[in-house]
Order: sequence, then C-alpha cells, then structure tokens
Amino acid sequence: MPNLYTILTILLFPLVSFLLLGLTSRRIPKNLAGLFATAMMLISTGASLMVAFNYFTLAPATGHAGNFETIFRFPWLVFNEKLSIDVCIVIDPLTIMMLVVVTFVSAMVHIFSLSYMKGEERFTTYFAFLGLFTFSMLGLVLAGNLFQIYICWELVGVSSFLLIGYYFTKPSAIAAAKKAFIVTRFADLGFLIGILVLSYYGESLDIATLLQRLGNSSDGRFQSASAASFLGLSALAWGLLLVFVGGAGKSAMFPLHIWLPDAMEGPTPVSALIHAATMVVAGVFLVARLFGMFILLPDVMSVITFIGLFSASFAAVIACTQTDIKRILAYSTMSQIGYMMFSLGISNSGDHYLGYTASLFHLFTHAFFKSLLFLGAGAVIHLVHSNEVEKMGGLRKHLPLVHLSFLIACLAIAGVFPLAGFYSKEEILLAAFSANRFVFGVALLTAGLTAFYMFRLYFLIFWGKPADITPHHHGSWLMSIPLLLLTGCTIVVGWLPFGSHISWGGITHHSTINWLFSAAPLGISAFGIAIAYIKYARPSDRTSSSDSAQNWLYRAAFKKFYIDELYLWITHSILTPLVARPFAWFDRNIVDGLIHVVADGVASCYYLFRKMQSGKLQDYLLYFMGGIAAWMIFFFYLWK
Amino acid sequence: MQLNDWLIMKQELLLVAIILGILVVWLWKEPSNEAWINGMNLVLFFNIIGGLWDFNYGTLFGESFLVTPLILAEKTILNLAVWIIALFSYDWCKKANNLPEFYLLLITSLLGMFLMLSSQNILLFFLGLEMSSLPLAAAAGFDFGRRHSPEAAMKLVISSAFSSALLLFGISWLYGLTGTLDFSGLITHIGHSPLSILAFLLILSGFAFKISAVPFHLWTADVYQGAPTAVTAFLSVVSKSAIFMVMIPVLYQTFEEQIDIWYPGLIILALASILIANFFAIKQLNLKRLLAFSSIAQVGFLLIALAAHTQEGATSVLFFLLIYLFSNLAAFGVVSVLSAQYGIEEISDLSGMYRTHPFLSWILTIALFSLAGIPPTAGFFGKFFLLLSGSSGGNYWVIGIAAANMVISLYYYLRVVKTIFLNQPVQSLPQHTLSFSVKFALLFCAVGIVLIGFFGFLYEHLFQLLTGIN
Repeated sequence: MPNLYTILTILLFPLVSFLLLGLTSRRIPKNLAGLFATAMMLISTGASLMVAFNYFTLAPATGHAGNFETIFRFPWLVFNEKLSIDVCIVIDPLTIMMLVVVTFVSAMVHIFSLSYMKGEERFTTYFAFLGLFTFSMLGLVLAGNLFQIYICWELVGVSSFLLIGYYFTKPSAIAAAKKAFIVTRFADLGFLIGILVLSYYGESLDIATLLQRLGNSSDGRFQSASAASFLGLSALAWGLLLVFVGGAGKSAMFPLHIWLPDAMEGPTPVSALIHAATMVVAGVFLVARLFGMFILLPDVMSVITFIGLFSASFAAVIACTQTDIKRILAYSTMSQIGYMMFSLGISNSGDHYLGYTASLFHLFTHAFFKSLLFLGAGAVIHLVHSNEVEKMGGLRKHLPLVHLSFLIACLAIAGVFPLAGFYSKEEILLAAFSANRFVFGVALLTAGLTAFYMFRLYFLIFWGKPADITPHHHGSWLMSIPLLLLTGCTIVVGWLPFGSHISWGGITHHSTINWLFSAAPLGISAFGIAIAYIKYARPSDRTSSSDSAQNWLYRAAFKKFYIDELYLWITHSILTPLVARPFAWFDRNIVDGLIHVVADGVASCYYLFRKMQSGKLQDYLLYFMGGIAAWMIFFFYLWK
Repeated sequence: MQLNDWLIMKQELLLVAIILGILVVWLWKEPSNEAWINGMNLVLFFNIIGGLWDFNYGTLFGESFLVTPLILAEKTILNLAVWIIALFSYDWCKKANNLPEFYLLLITSLLGMFLMLSSQNILLFFLGLEMSSLPLAAAAGFDFGRRHSPEAAMKLVISSAFSSALLLFGISWLYGLTGTLDFSGLITHIGHSPLSILAFLLILSGFAFKISAVPFHLWTADVYQGAPTAVTAFLSVVSKSAIFMVMIPVLYQTFEEQIDIWYPGLIILALASILIANFFAIKQLNLKRLLAFSSIAQVGFLLIALAAHTQEGATSVLFFLLIYLFSNLAAFGVVSVLSAQYGIEEISDLSGMYRTHPFLSWILTIALFSLAGIPPTAGFFGKFFLLLSGSSGGNYWVIGIAAANMVISLYYYLRVVKTIFLNQPVQSLPQHTLSFSVKFALLFCAVGIVLIGFFGFLYEHLFQLLTGIN
C-alpha cells in the first residue's frame, strides 16, 4: 500500500507550483519560475514512478482494477447518516498507471516548454496554468468520490480553457477556448445529471460503495435502479449513459468532438499534454473507473462501442485530408481514443475482459507516442513558423533528431512491430476479433487509414521538396531531452507486462504474439505506409496530390463532414429564434419589468414619507409624541 | 468594603481613574495633541485588559449594583468599541481643539453606560442613562466651527431631554404603582392595569428613542451628519449596543409580565424601522446620513430577534451587536479618515476612489457587504441568526418582510461600492499615508468581519452566558 505522504507529494507539488507562480507571477524572474515549476513536476514524477515501481513489483497480487484501497478519508459534508460526502484518495492499479502517465508527460512538457515558450510575456502564468492542470488531472484520478471527480473534472476543463486561450490576443484562440469550454460544459451537464441519478439510486457518492451496490446484480438497489424505467431505458442505463456523455465530451467522441481540432490554438506543448495524452483520455478513465456498473448493461456497452468505433474511423477519414499539422494530430488523437472507447465497449463479450486491459494499455502507450508527436510538431512549427504542411518539406536535414523521433512515433501509432503501439493495438484488435467481427473489420481498416495519414504527414514534413527556410540554430538541448526520453518510452513500454497488472475481474492477460493473427494488421499498416510513400514522398507529386482527389468524399472530409456547420445551423436557425429569443423577451419584459415596478414602488414610498424628515426639531418631537399616542390607542382600544 | 468588593466595580473604577488622570495631566502641563492621542490609545487598550485582569462577580450597594459574567463581557465589548473609535479618529483628533475634553466626554458617557448595565435599581439606571447621554450632546457639538455640528448638539440635547422626561414620567408612575424602585421588586408588584401599561410604554419609548427606532428616530440622521465622525460612531455603535444590552434583562426579566405588550410593540417598531429606514436610505446622498438610516434598519432586525423572547434570541442579539460593532466601526473609520483628510462626506465624492485609495476602498466595501449581510462576511451570519431566532415565534410574515428588505438594502450599500469601484473619478484625491493606528483599527475591524462569522464558539459562549435569561 503506497504511503499517503508520497501520494500527497505527487498530488500537491503541482498545486504548490500553481499557487506560488500564480500569486507572484510578476515579481519573480521568469527563468526561476520555469525552473521552479519544472523542479516541482520532476519531484512529483519521481514520486509517482517510485510508487508505481513499488506497487507493481513488490506486491503484484494486491488487486486488479476496481479493487480500491482507500488511503485517506475525511468526512467533508455530512448531511445525514445516509448522505455524506467524504473526501478520499483511493488507489488501484488504474490510478497508479494514470499517475505515471500524467506526471511523466507533464514533466516532459514542462522541460520542453522551458525552451519552447522562452521569450513569452506570460511565461510564468503559462507554467502556473500547467501546474493547475496537472493538479486537477491528478486529483481526478485519485478521487474516490464522484463529487470529487466532478470538481476535478471541471477544474481540468477550466485549466484547459485557460491554456487554449493562452494567446488571448488572437481572436481565433479566444473562439477556440470558448468553444472547448462550452462544448465540454454542455457534456458535463449530462455528467452531473448522471451522477445525481447514480447517487440517488446507489444512495452514495462514494465510488467503491456505488460499485458494490449498483455493480452487483443481486443488490436491491441495483434491482430498483434497473426496474425504474424512463423513455424505454432503465434509470441505471440513463445514469450511465449520461455519465458517458460527460466522458464523451472530454474525450472528443462524435458528435461532441468539434472542440478538439480548434483547441490546437493553444501552445503546442499544451496540446501534447492536454489534448493528446491526459485530459482527452479522462472520458476513457471515467468509463474504466465505473466499469463495474457499465458491464452489467449490454445496451450501454454497445452504445459505447459504436460511438467509439464510429469516432475512430470518422476521425481517421478526416485526418487523411487535413493540411494543418496539429489538426491532423488532433484527429488522430480522436481516432485513437475511439479505439480505446470501443475496446472498453466490447470487453463484456469475448475473451475475459481482454478489451478492458487492451483499452487501458493503448491509453498508456498512446500517451507516450502522441505527446512525442506533438512535441516533434512543436519543434517543426518552431522552425517553420507555420502549421501548414504545404510550407514544410525536406526538414529531415534541418531537424535530424526530431525526424528520427517523429518517425519512430509514426511507426508506433501505425502499429509496427516492435514498438509500443503494435502491442496495444494488437491487443485491441484481438479483443475485437473475439467479440465482434464487424467491429474488428472496421478497426482493421481504420488501422490502415491511420498508417496512411500518419505517413502522409511524415512524408510531407520531412521528405519531398525542401521548404525554403533559413536554417539557423533552433531549439536547445532542453527540447531534445523530452524527445529522447519519450522516444525511448515509445520503444520500450510495449514490452511491459501490462496485462498481468491492470485487468478486470482478477484475470491476467499475458501478451503473447500470435504471428498468424498479427499478419493482417501489420500487412494493412504496411499497405497504408506504402500508399503514403508513393503519393507524398517524392517532390514532384506534391501539387498534383491535392488536385487529383477533388471528388465529393474528399471535399466532405476536408470540411470535416460539415459537423461544425451543422452545429452552427442548429444554434442559429433553431435554438436562437425558438428558444433564445422568447427567453430574452421574457427576461427583458417580465423579469426586468417586475424589478422596475418594485424599484419604482420603493422609491415612491420615499416621497410618501420624506416630509417626516423636515429638519425641524419641533416636528420631530411631534412625531415622537404621536408615536406614543398611536401606541396607546393601539394597546388600549385595538389590541385584544 | 473589602478589596474583593472593589474588584466588583473594577471596570468603572478604571474609567474614573482615567478621567481623573486626564484632568490631572491637563492641569499639570499641556501635552501636544499627538501625545494625547498616543497616550490615550495605550490607556484605553490597557483599560480593556485591566478590566479583565482580576475581577470579581457579585453585588454592591445593597444589591443595586450587579456584575455577572454576562455584564462583564458586555462592558468589555463596549470598551473595545471605544478603543477602536479612538484609534481610527487619529486624523481628526490631531486637528481638534481642546482634545482632552473629547476623551473626557466619551469616557464619562461610557462610565454612565457601565452604571446603567450594572444597575439593579431603576433610579441608578436612570442616572446612568442620563450620564451617558448628556456628554454626548456636548461631544456632538465638538466641531463648533462647522455649521452642522452645533445644530446636531442642539437637536440631540433637546430631543434627548424630551425622551428622558417621558421616561422619568413613566418611572414615576411605576413607583406610584408599585412603591419600589428595585427591578426585583418591580417584577413582583407590577400589575396589568392600564396605568402600568402606560408607564411601561413611556419607558419603552425612552428605549426606542435611544436606539432610534421609527418613529422615535428623526433626530438620528441630522445628528449623525452633523456630529464629528468619531462621535457619530460612538452614538451608532456604543450607545445603541449598551441600550440593547440593557433591554435584554429589563424586558426578559423585569417586564416579563408585560410580554403581551412589548412583543407586538417591538414587532411594530421593527417593521416600521426596517421599512422607513430603507425608503430613506435609498435616496441619501451623504455617506453619514446613509449610515444613519442603515443603522436604523439594523436596529429593526435586532428588534425582531429581541422580540422572540428566547435564549437564542438574546444570544443572536449580542452576537449581532459584536458583528455590527466591527462592521459599522470599519465603515465609520473610513468615513472618518476621508472627512478629516479631504472633507469628503458625500457619496458622489467617492467616485473612482479605488484607483487612489485601494486600502480604504476595500475596507469600506467589506464593511458595507457585512452590513448588507452578504456571505461570507460576518454580517450574513449575524442576520441569519437574528432571523432564525426571530422566526421561532412562528410569525413568518415578519421574517419575510425583513428578508425582502435585506434585498432592498443591497441597493444602497452596493451603490456606494459601485461608486467607489466603477465610476470615473471626478476629482483626484491626493495620496495620503495612513497613520499606523488608523491602519491597525481598520484592519482589525476587517479581520473581525471576516472571521467572526466562522467563530461558532463565540456564539456558544454568549449562549452560555445568557443561560437563564428568560
């Protein structure tokens, strides 16, 4: 069992960094601020690595996911003996894994940002926000209480808003920040209602208690929650679906994904941290956290499966057409999270919850190679000063290290042996194969698309016609360290015995490579890479490549299937005239009108009584006597 | 008398010693105003400590003078208020002529209040009351260079004399009816005849005048505006608190028989005070007049809880008085600095004050928020307890009216805050460094406002002290 103080170190050091830097942002030198934040983050990372090492090696049998150990509990709001909100910190293998991912990627991003953000005016504020974000994410994974999760969930949303809108002088950044906040807040409304439904039927907000009561089909509370039905679904199903809506909002699942590509307006290291490795997987984490309840409802599980599957393939198709380097990576993130989601969704059928393990394994490996891709993209943007791939090309000579790490990350995300992505994607496909052949087929095709668009990006950036840029010294060794470390992780983390530590229901999975099965994914990835090579690797094909494919599918995908336009149409043509205008009228005329009436009434009362205060003493004394006289009349004649 | 007996009236003796000390020093030589101020601030501080140092409970003078833990605590609260007033009046005191007289008057008035609080005899009570109000009339006219100040003094002394006359009239009826002047004797002898009701109503009107409840309030705004700010603060905080502290035992114990009279009487006073004061406060342009009407409205809230006739009601009254002390003194402290330094007393003169005087602006804002009863300031908790205990009688419509008036009162409090923070400055006030004592007093009040609401044990302690009050 991990030491409470170590866990508190992990959790609170980022908070200390936020508070100190936030409060003294103008008074301390920028360099010191950055170094301080990074040092705090490195301590937190070290502590979490130590905890993970001890936890998984010294006592590997302490339990599977969902088997909580509460290491801290404090009764915070006690309403009555049934309802009390206890602040608690719980530990299970899932939490430990998330701690490592969040702190490690955050530390890498801190180091990278030291150089990347140099010269920014709000340098200190930037690091303060990073600290706030890391703290809220850590609080989210350590929370043992749905209410606590909700608080941290919103804090994550706020810090994401602050970081996306970091360049607040750019109108597009403000719009993107607002969009991200509004869309995720909208989803969080579902989450909140879901929490209320679950806690109403489970009579608790404590996750472990809820899982015992609602994750157990013989419990009376479970039966009453499944018996209560609303619009054809049981109350429990509604609760879980609404919780999933919240998760889908944060994890950018279709159709709540529209904020993620725009969120790339934030600084690139932020995209690596928040919009690739940590915050966007919060939805996956949430489903995994409440898995014991989800698993009992096959309907909800299939909703998760198909939303995830659709998002995965949908995003992959869009990614093939985009030209902004960060947007391509954003859609690829959405696609990979789709993988994790549907893998969770299928895990109740087939091979002993293999999907659960596979999903979280993919979450783990994806964090490393996706943050590596984003940091590499950051280095490229740093050099080219543009996000458009059209302006890049032939950069492998300018940025040899970035080139190498980017290539390895692309190979990993494409699922090429023996990199991390191969193992996790392999496991997802295996789980899909044993659960549902249709899902497997779509997932396989999407894997091919993934390989294609990633290598399209790779070739467009690093090969082809060299862009005319003036090579000057860019990026210091500070930018290289995170790239090297993440590259190393991308290579090795796939070899970890993940399945024997994080699994559902106490069943361990040993990763064995079945070459016969792997042939298909490897083959289709190789096929995708080959097409990308043929189309984009040679300089001459660059201009014709975009012209040749001007068919309707390409245009629709390029326009992201008009989802944004659909949202705009709904808000402008339906919500505004039918809902917003009547409400505005009501507010202006009825609510304000009422207030004006009250205010005018009070003011006219003043004119009624103002003669009292004449300033003449004799009047005052007259009122005095009048008061006593009135009293007497009242008590002698009217009272009783 | 033995030493232990003297210790019973130690707080009064300390005040007498201070008064004599001032006179002697004044005869001996003439220290500068600066020396007076610093000396008196220290003396008043040690007066608080000294009163708590080594004391005794009991009765004196044939049971006409009583000290209980409750009375000791009440006197300490009043001591604290006077000390804070002395601290924040630094700027005004420095310019005042005949400054020692000012201290003499305030401390004599305080001594009168102490006698009144301890009195077990209605004659001693009346002496104390008069002793506390006459010096204040002189103090209100202290700024005789300003036109309004003598006017305030005249209005105060005449209407005060008027109310005292009626009070004395009531007392003489009471004596005629019962043949005793002791409170304990009154309890047993007071009947329910129309004459006793008349006598009681006359006495109650005397109280109502002192706490300036509507319709006995008309002197308040004029006097508050005209008197020096320190005296206004004293009138609005110390005088009123003392009367409320006396009213609790007098109504709850001595006139307990008359509850069917004073319960509706207090409710009528309370509602009239809250409503009329709010109507007037909304239209005020002068900050001190605004605070005058605000204090009348606060009195209305206090009366609602006082009428409840329960231990909770009495506790919430005392608790609110403590909060009101900090809130009102913080507000008057800022006004005192502004009027002494810049001659500002109009609300419109505060426009954009935040830009030049952020510290004063924040203090005034916190104080006004507390007076308006906005959480998390202590004023919220104070009002909450007042209305909670007031509702124990079951007359929810009274609580409803009071709560609605809390919303109306927000308008005039926030109008000042808006003027400070949002309006464009019309004149730029020159910078002025606050002296240490002013800063300390204001910060002390602000910290009190923020913290007292969370100090549940204070409420518990007062509740314990009031055991057996009804």
